[in-house]
Amino acid sequence: MREFAYARAGDQSEALAEIDGDATFLAGGTNLVDLMKLGVETPARLVDIRRLPGSIDDTGDGGLRIGASVPNSVVAADSRVRERYPFVAQALLSGASGQLRNLATTGGNLLQRTRCVYFMDVTKPCNKREPGSGCPALEGDHENLAILGWSEACVATHPSDFAVPLAALDAQVHVLGIGGARVVALTDLHRLPGDDPSRDTVLEPGELVTAVELPPLPFARRSGYRKVRERASFSFALVSVAAALDTDGGTVREARLALGGVAHKPWRCLTAEDALRGARATAESFARAADAELAAARPLRDNGHKVPIARNAITTLLLDLAERP
Amino acid sequence: MARREITLNVNGVEHTLELDTRTTLLDLLRERLGLTGSKKGCDHGQCGACTVLVDGLRVNSCLALAVSHDGAAVTSIEGLAENGGLHPLQRSFIEHDAFQCGYCTPGQVCSAVGMLDEVERGWASHVTGDLTAPVALDDDEIRERMSGNICRCGAYVNIVPAIRAAAE
Repeated sequence: MREFAYARAGDQSEALAEIDGDATFLAGGTNLVDLMKLGVETPARLVDIRRLPGSIDDTGDGGLRIGASVPNSVVAADSRVRERYPFVAQALLSGASGQLRNLATTGGNLLQRTRCVYFMDVTKPCNKREPGSGCPALEGDHENLAILGWSEACVATHPSDFAVPLAALDAQVHVLGIGGARVVALTDLHRLPGDDPSRDTVLEPGELVTAVELPPLPFARRSGYRKVRERASFSFALVSVAAALDTDGGTVREARLALGGVAHKPWRCLTAEDALRGARATAESFARAADAELAAARPLRDNGHKVPIARNAITTLLLDLAERP
Repeated sequence: MARREITLNVNGVEHTLELDTRTTLLDLLRERLGLTGSKKGCDHGQCGACTVLVDGLRVNSCLALAVSHDGAAVTSIEGLAENGGLHPLQRSFIEHDAFQCGYCTPGQVCSAVGMLDEVERGWASHVTGDLTAPVALDDDEIRERMSGNICRCGAYVNIVPAIRAAAE
């Protein structure tokens, strides 16, 4: 690991004062320390924000504001999260392991890097790690990579489970920089790779995620997260689905839907949501909505299986939700 | 070399140490304090052999930078026994023959201690059906909650009953 200097920030203004072009924020470290061991990340200085104050607070309108430093395990255990946003708790609990969830933070989860094997291996070219070096994944090991929104420069996927229900919820990410505070929609936080995959998000250098706000969505009490993976636990998603469903009799009033494991960002399914509005709450119309969304899919040579997996996961999750009282 | 001084309480004993900022909690325990019970399996947070309790919560000590945990209370496998007697989970692992080579065992035991405390707090898991109901710790729950600890000998068939018995 490259040597690094270390500074601990006691509050947000100290964190902003300490950060510069050679420094990286350190929170739980579960991804960053791993990448530093691999030589993928080589910061000259770490600014430790792990112990910045953080809590989960009611916003007064039925929503919740989660501080960036709150650990994943604490968010998943919060009774308000479990009752109002069960798919958020389920997504967190489906990710990583108990030990990792105790270290990993709310902000860090959103800013974790792809697990594409070429990105993680410094002996290989990778346009995300080393712009212009090429993308071996296009013709190489890409079974678990993108089917939507990829570019010739990068076919990586965003690995977060947590971000998937947040995309469906229209969560808002609070950000603080030298220039002041701003709010970024979760669905706008992560970028598609285009011709600059080195940038995962729209954050400017030195900007700090301070909180994630979950807006009120009463029908999210009927929500769920389904994760399809190669083993039963402690594995990244091949495909995951987050959905919330509001029905009136046998008809869909409104649905929220997002996919994980399929693109460079959590994939909000607005096309499917449009198809679901006013549709009958049946397997046929759920599958039709999934097909409408997945019409845009462009599978790579070895990941065509993700399309039917996504279709089935969307259909069965929506059916489960429709059958719930 | 960038160095920092930190203070840690390890198994009830206060230590003040100057260390390279790159030192993980795992390397601090093993290389500086001679506490070699915590094992370096994968060194990437994937195997759980390095699991210890930090301020009561189980974590992968291989991914925790020691400087970031300045002031913390760490309990490793060496600190679980009390008054000369083994911790109930240590006894249960012996009674159930819950290991073969033993390399993953310190991490398994520390992880199980933290896991049972999480159950006590009412934390749900991925396999918990009703997120708002009390947790019933059956074998599926134990397997899911212990999935961060790998046993290459495949002693799971005895690890699960060992944990179940200790929980009862």
